[in-house]
Amino acid sequence: MKAQILVRPKEGILDPQGQAVERALPALGFEGVSHVRVGRLIELEVEDPSQIPAMCEKLLTNPLIEDYDVIYERDGAAA
Amino acid sequence: MKFGVVRFPGSCDEVDAQLAASRVGEAVLLWHGDRDLHGVDAVIVPGGFSYGDYLRAGAIARFSPVMASVIEFAGEGGPVLGICNGFQVLCEAGLLPGALLPNMGLRFVSRQVDVEVADADTPFTRACEPGQRLSIPVKHMTGRYHPPAEGARVVLRYAPGHNPNGSEQDIAGVANERGNVFGLMPHPEHAVDALTGSTDGLALFESPAVAVAA
Repeated sequence: MKAQILVRPKEGILDPQGQAVERALPALGFEGVSHVRVGRLIELEVEDPSQIPAMCEKLLTNPLIEDYDVIYERDGAAA
Repeated sequence: MKFGVVRFPGSCDEVDAQLAASRVGEAVLLWHGDRDLHGVDAVIVPGGFSYGDYLRAGAIARFSPVMASVIEFAGEGGPVLGICNGFQVLCEAGLLPGALLPNMGLRFVSRQVDVEVADADTPFTRACEPGQRLSIPVKHMTGRYHPPAEGARVVLRYAPGHNPNGSEQDIAGVANERGNVFGLMPHPEHAVDALTGSTDGLALFESPAVAVAA
């Protein structure tokens, strides 16, 4: 099974990258954007998707500073 | 006093750390793939970009074979010093509380800073006076310390006006509760010779020798 893991800075953690992006958008004429957070996307294929939360806790994210969401894809479609 | 300095793929300050430690005692390199700590009295996890800092700084290095032995050594009370990337590795390994985040300014910082000794009662600060000011360089991209909600044992703070990365509470270095594991972002191994501007870093290498002799 394919899965996508979205990792983002935890609520309350200052995200200077997000702030820089937020400041850059109005300069290009994109107004009304707020709460920008910059994280990362991890894509993987896994035989047993029930292992994904443990993978996230142990390696893929640092639970002290990051939150994550998992999007499971079956046969190319999001499940 | 025998120091062991870990060498990961991507380490770059292990030789400087070895040279600094060898001013105080014997110092050998420990290969990341080798579980044997070769009977050292103290372990130094050096600066650099272990395993390319892939995923997060220190995230992969913590699972290397040598780290299993370092974790065991620390559990037995052995002194462990993490410098810069080594600090990140020790946090990721759970030997130290908290985490390191990208610098507030989003830039790599490389400059001399002053730090103050907040806790002179650890194996690595015993040769310092409480409140003593040390001039030590920093050079990092991911050095903004974030303590856990329950707090951390703060050993070094950036002097007022010297915080280079936005670290919370100006924290430059922390220890575990027991005090035997210590991590800091500044590089004491680059401040051991007057030729490079400061010898203040030497005290951190002398301290474990004081502890062993005592």
